[in-house]
Amino acid sequence: MAKTVVSFTLNGSPVDVLVEPRELLIHTLREKLATTGPHIGCDTSHCGACTVDLDGLSVKACTVLTVQCDGAEMLTIEGFAKAGALHPLQEGFSQEHGLQCGFCTPGMITRAYRLLQENPSPTEADIRFWMAGNLCRCTGYQNIVKSIQYAAAKMRGETVATSHPVLAE
Amino acid sequence: MIPRPFEYHAPSALPDVIALLDKYGDEAKLLAGGHSLLPMMKLRFAGPAHVIDLRKVASLKGIALEGGEIRIGAMTTENELIFSALVAEHVPLLVEAARQIADPQVRYKGTIGGDISHGDPGNDHPAVMLALDAAFVLAGAGGERVVQAADFFLGTFETAMAPGEVMTQIRIPVPGPGTGAAYAKLKRKTGDYATAAAAVVLRMKDGTCAAARIGLTNVGPTALNAHDAAQALLGTAVDEAAIAQAAAKAMAICEPAADLRGDEEYKTAMAGQMVERALRLALSRVK
Repeated sequence: MAKTVVSFTLNGSPVDVLVEPRELLIHTLREKLATTGPHIGCDTSHCGACTVDLDGLSVKACTVLTVQCDGAEMLTIEGFAKAGALHPLQEGFSQEHGLQCGFCTPGMITRAYRLLQENPSPTEADIRFWMAGNLCRCTGYQNIVKSIQYAAAKMRGETVATSHPVLAE
Repeated sequence: MIPRPFEYHAPSALPDVIALLDKYGDEAKLLAGGHSLLPMMKLRFAGPAHVIDLRKVASLKGIALEGGEIRIGAMTTENELIFSALVAEHVPLLVEAARQIADPQVRYKGTIGGDISHGDPGNDHPAVMLALDAAFVLAGAGGERVVQAADFFLGTFETAMAPGEVMTQIRIPVPGPGTGAAYAKLKRKTGDYATAAAAVVLRMKDGTCAAARIGLTNVGPTALNAHDAAQALLGTAVDEAAIAQAAAKAMAICEPAADLRGDEEYKTAMAGQMVERALRLALSRVK
């Protein structure tokens, strides 16, 4: 099949890639654009490890064709830290121990980013409902919820502190 | 997993979509949100030579109140339904159902038109459409036609849509005063298809049931219109005896396929339970 040039903005920079129509976005990102933050977990649109922000929507990059992204604005975990400073979500996941192995974390943070754009003050129930497309297989979700609550508070301009008993000392 | 090679088309006007469907016939598949088609293509269960993406067709988007109906463009996503104040006000059942479909990321892409026209008995909108007495606008080379939900679902992956047609709009009559509705879905986890689910719309008048419609998800080759179960409610106060009777009649038409979610007997029993739950909830919402 003929390849086509697809142009989009990735983390603020314009990119052009040459792809077959059947190429999935996750492969373009990881193999052609050195953007390996979005992970391939299940490859069946269940786990959310490949989540990217596409034109203001959280999507699973394993279930989007790259040719569908022409002209899009895309954000991946690589676009979060600015000038060496962690994004509040990254800081939250660090401060509240929102990860163990970290495999799900880029997808978690990218998804949580869109959630907080849509709802800056989510309840715990809101967070659990709207994060349900991201799976963590290390442990429970309690610290992930706390991490997002930490980031939400920080992004609202409130003073935040870790709830972790050792880090807090 | 990577799909077989195909040629990609992304027309921006409906006539171009129809012309492409006409030109490529069986070789073409319409791509809406892609969360049924792309997984099937990745698993090589589907291998269309031509994929016609509907994402640029602006006329397939949007939600409006027109002529006593909520009219929804077929490419409207599940999250757009959930976030719509118009839908929440006039057809809250649709919000309740959409919130139980798949997961947040899938709901940003998955569309109501795709969910309905795919013909998958596990999809949730078909039963909801049966309960709401919805109609679908289908466009093809010969023009437009409107098909009632009750006449649309023919079998697994089989609908009244003719080759060369595309679903453009979903029309839902706004339920009148005295109506209560609910969608009760049993699923093992977020993102799973229903083990069984029931959509119910009830209209009460002077304490008795004046109208009722019940749709069932994933307990037959297609979404089931539980007509006899709904008829059994008419004239009753929708008390526990009537609810049990309706559930029994709904269970009588179930023919689920056994899979990891359960065997036939279990799924049928759960369909009865979902009918009971949805009826109680719908009754409590009557206003």
